[in-house]
Order: sequence, then C-alpha cells, then structure tokens
Amino acid sequence: MSNSTRNRLEATAGIAVALGAAAIGAVAAKLQEGRSSDDAPGRTARRSFGKHAVTGRTVTIRKPRAELFAFWRDFTNLPAIMENVEKIAIKDAAKGLAVWTIKAPAGRTVEVETTIVREDEGQLIAWRSVEGSQIETEGRVTFENAPGNRGTRVTLIIAYKPPAGDLGRAAAKLFLREPAVQARHDLKRFKAFMETGEITTSARRREGTRAAKQMEAA
Amino acid sequence: MRALTWHGSKDVRVETVDDPEIVNPRDAIIKVTSTAICGSDLHLYDGVIPGVKSGDVLGHEFMGEVVETGAGSSLRKGQRVVVPFTISCGGCFHCAIEQYSCCENSNPAEKQDMSATLYGHPMAGLFGYSHLTGGYSGGQAEYVRVPYSDVGPIGVPDHLDDEKVLFLSDILPTGWMGAENADIGPDDTVAVWGCGPVGLFAVQSAIVMGAAKVIAIDHYPHRLELARKMGAEIINFRETNVREALMEMSGGIGVDAVIDAVGMEAHGFAVDNMLDVVKQKVGVGADRASALKQALLAVRSGGRVSIPGVYGGMTDKFPLGALMEKGLQVRTGQTHVQKYTKPLLEKIEDGTLDTTFLISHRLPLEDAANGYRNFKEQQDTWTKVVLKPGMEH
Ligand SMILES: NC(=O)c1ccc[n+]([C@@H]2O[C@H](COP(=O)([O-])OP(=O)(O)OC[C@H]3O[C@@H](n4cnc5c(N)ncnc54)[C@H](O)[C@@H]3O)[C@@H](O)[C@H]2O)c1
Ligand SMILES: [Zn+2]
Ligand SMILES: [Zn+2]
Repeated sequence: MSNSTRNRLEATAGIAVALGAAAIGAVAAKLQEGRSSDDAPGRTARRSFGKHAVTGRTVTIRKPRAELFAFWRDFTNLPAIMENVEKIAIKDAAKGLAVWTIKAPAGRTVEVETTIVREDEGQLIAWRSVEGSQIETEGRVTFENAPGNRGTRVTLIIAYKPPAGDLGRAAAKLFLREPAVQARHDLKRFKAFMETGEITTSARRREGTRAAKQMEAA
Repeated sequence: MRALTWHGSKDVRVETVDDPEIVNPRDAIIKVTSTAICGSDLHLYDGVIPGVKSGDVLGHEFMGEVVETGAGSSLRKGQRVVVPFTISCGGCFHCAIEQYSCCENSNPAEKQDMSATLYGHPMAGLFGYSHLTGGYSGGQAEYVRVPYSDVGPIGVPDHLDDEKVLFLSDILPTGWMGAENADIGPDDTVAVWGCGPVGLFAVQSAIVMGAAKVIAIDHYPHRLELARKMGAEIINFRETNVREALMEMSGGIGVDAVIDAVGMEAHGFAVDNMLDVVKQKVGVGADRASALKQALLAVRSGGRVSIPGVYGGMTDKFPLGALMEKGLQVRTGQTHVQKYTKPLLEKIEDGTLDTTFLISHRLPLEDAANGYRNFKEQQDTWTKVVLKPGMEH
C-alpha cells in the first residue's frame, strides 16, 4: 500500500471513528474495500453501498487552496452553490453547529442540523447531521494542490441514508435526488463562482435564473 | 424585442419576446446592428442537432452597440463591438491556455450533463445554439445579453463598416483556425471541402499562410467561382472524380493537408451517404460524413486533417484504418474565437483579408425566416445573409 493510499484510508476511517455512527462507519469500511486492487478512489467502484448512497466528485479550480478552503469553511456561503439548500444558519460557531434549511415539495422546508466532525486547516472539512435528524447525511470536502499552476483539486464526498417519515423522504428526494448529479452540479457551481465571481446562467432575464426559480418553488 | 425563434425542423419565426436584462455583474446588453445566418444555423434549421427547444432565440454571429453594462463589465455604453459566438469565462484552465471554446464555466452547471453524456466532457456555452451548449438566447434579435462581456467582445473602430468586421464573430476565425490546424508549409498543396463561408475563408487563409496550391471542392458553380477568384483551383464533385483529380493535381503524392469545411450534412451520392441521409431523417442520427471520409482517403500518408465542419454525434462506416495506417494527424473543434479576433482585426484593417465579397443578401431581421429558407435552398447564390434589425423592407 502506498503512503498516500494509507493516508487516504486513515482520513476515511477517521471520519467514521469521529462519528461513532455505525451506519456511516459501514460506508467508510466499504469505501476501503474498493481500494484493494487498484489505485482508483473507492467511490468509483462498480458496486453500491447497501442502503447508503455515497457519491464523490473531484474538480480542479484555478485558485489557491487557502481561498477555496476559506469560502467553504463559512457554511453560509454554500446555499449559493448548492442545489435546493435555501439557507444555512450558524447555530454555534465554536461547536461547529449549523442548521440547513432544505426545500421540500409543496413549499415546505426541512431543517437539518450538522456538526463539524473534522477540520484540517486548508485541507479538509467534514460534517454530519446530528443524532435525530430527519435526513441522515455526511459530507466531506478536501483540498489538494494540483500539479504546477493548475490550482487546487477539490473533492466532495456525500453519504446519506434515506430518511423515515413522509416529509423527510420528500425532502430527501429533492435534496439528495441523484446525489452524484447533485455533487457534480454543486462542485461545478463552486468552481464557476470561484473562477469567475459569478454563478453562470443562460437566463435572458433575472427571473429566469436558477436562484430565482428556486425561491419561486419554495 | 423582436427575435428569430426556433419551433421545429424548417420552422423559424420572427416573434416578440421579452427583452434581455443584466443578470450577472460581468454582463453587457448589446443592441444588434448586424447579425448573420451561419451554416451551423442550418443544422438547427434542419433539426439534426439535439437539445433545441421551441421558442429558443437563434443566432451566434452578431455585433452592435453596448447599451447597458453590469458592474463587472469592461465595456462602455455606446461602444461598437463584435461578439464571439463562443462564450468564455477567461478564468478557467482552458481559457488560460487559449482553448476558449472548451471553457469549463460558460455552460451552466445544470446544463452540462447532456453534452457530458454524449461526449464524455461538457461543451462550453455558445450563443443561440441548443441547450447542449447552455441554451443562451442568440443574436438574431434586437438585443442580446452577453455574459462575461469583459472577455469576449472586441471593440471595432468606427471607420470599419459592420460588413467588414461582423465575421470576426465566427466564420473568419473559423476559416483561419481551419487553415492553421492544417499546419500549412510553403510547398504544400491543400484541399478544402466546401465553398460555403467557412470553406471560402479557409481558402483565403491558406493562401495568406503561403500554401503553394489550394484546391477547393464543391458542386455549386457560383461558390466555386468565388474560390477561384481568391486564387484556388477548383473541383466540381458532380463532374469530377475528386480523389483521382486530387492525386493528379498533387503530382501523385496526395494532398499534404485536407480541410473539411462541410460538416455533418454533406451532400453526395455515395451509397453510405444516402443511407446516412435516411437515418438522419428518421432520427437515428448518423452524421453524414461523406466529405470527411473522402478527405481521409485523399490526404497523403503522414498528412494533416483539419475539421472545422461541425459533427454532433456518431457516423457509420468511418475509414478508421486510413487514419491509422497512413499516420494522419487530426485537429478540430469549435473555434477558439477570442484567440483570433485581435490579429484578424489587424489583417482586416491592413487589407490582408477581405470579408465583404461573401455577402450576397442583406435583409431586415423581420425577413429572417425567408433568409433561412433561401440560404438553405438557394445555396449557390445565397452565399451569406446579413440581417439588420430595423432595416426598411
Ligand atoms: N468549428 C466551428 O467553430 C464552426 C463555426 C462555424 C461553422 N462551422 C461549420 O462549418 C461547416 C460549414 O459552414 P458554412 O457556413 O460554410 O456552411 P454552408 O452550408 O454554407 O456550406 C457548406 C458547403 O459545403 C458544400 N458541400 C456539401 N457536401 C459536400 C461534399 N460532399 N463535398 C464538397 N462540398 C460539399 C455545400 O455545397 C456548401 O457549399 C458547417 O458544418 C458549420 O456548422 C463550424
Ligand atoms: Zn456560425
Ligand atoms: Zn473559461
């Protein structure tokens, strides 16, 4: 096993330990299994993770690592780039507690409280929903220098467990609908925003933008 | 505002639609003074490009006056600009290495999936050209919202008429890049398939780049005549066996470089082309690539293949063996317009390049549907149509 592989394994296992959550731990273990025979990330394996949906995506952004980390570290920035997240309010900055307001069908919303489970300055931020949330979810974003002056490689991994209850399920359908697609779009918007200062839109008028439509649907 | 909208195959109409607004800080709004119909628009007109929706405003070759600017735009109100058809952010990896038409950010994130599925990677944003490329409202309209206006549009001096500079938006850089991709040396014989606007500009560019001989191929006499006037030798494929002729005209070696300025709707009578016509009509979507297939067989061993002609999908019976066994080099792509606007504007100003010979018809924007029909059906004499909003009938 190469050094970098071992580091990655430890990082993954680290989250699981910090969480102490059996479900997410199982996912982390599965992520490790995928690493046995080749060098590809476990999330690209041709198999599923039982009841859990796990997805991950990487983009390269032509900006310094510290700048990208700082943007992500302030969760109140994230609704601008994330699908169906209306707002994120900081509940307790010291404890890393944040409350996400997520759009559900028929104008309703669902709140998910998350806690930061790990933070390595300039490199990694991991969060997960607190016990008893309607949506059980975990996310991790990592920042690595890209070769030469290509900027930073940003990897977002999201795991979630389909929730119980009607509203929770409905919200999850929106929030976590095709998580791979969601992670990809979120990262692409993050990239566009950091590289251009804007969220790209082809709308001819302001009411046609994604953000405007999202408000309308709420 | 008035704008040309798409409603289906062979169904385009000038209608009233909402005016554009500044949406993002780097936007500008352009009041269009001249806009052209392109061979690429014919692919939309014929319904062979996926992802076009009813009501979409077409057009990607346009210029005009800046009438509004966002806080992040570098343009000034009243400035006269030509707008590249490729939308480029200026900040991504591809923009940084001048591969502007591969910009990673100009196609909105939620619109990238379709082209990423088709091609493995998403396409950049293009004006007026299918939701594969963002679904941006196009330039065959009175006004256009131009995103990233600090990167694309080029200011033009007042003493140069619209008709001299309009084609900086697409076909002039496309013909130029088509020739540049053929890597032309002084002793080279170069063959260009298609004497439409792109082919004619490729011919002109190849001559400026110093090719020993340029051979232009088409079947429309008037278009071939335009190529001849520029200094090309011509082949009419209805009258002549193209491959045999090219061998003879290149001293039995084969042409050093070939340029396919025809694209996915090639005309021709070869059996596989006829089959492809049928498949395209019934919607199983094989690109008609007969010109490209012929070019691959005609080019000499170790030669260069440049493909400015547009292809959107798959094609059958592709001579892959010729590509490999002859050791050919292929270069292609949507044009990196922003890379060429400045140097080509200089060549227009100093008289090296002329673009006005191409324009056969000038119509009011209101007559755009008529322009499409004739550009499609009277190709020989309708070589290029320029539309002018507000022009008297
Ligand atoms: N790469 C780019 O960025 C870019 C930009 C603009 C246009 N294009 C593409 O370039 C192509 C040409 O554009 P245009 O505006 O000149 O179009 P056009 O339709 O006016 O011209 C095409 C010409 O090709 C000729 N032709 C058809 N079949 C032929 C064959 N088998 N052999 C020789 N000639 C043949 C036609 O008679 C016609 O004159 C189109 O595919 C267009 O989409 C590409
Ligand atoms: Zn064009
Ligand atoms: Zn870009």
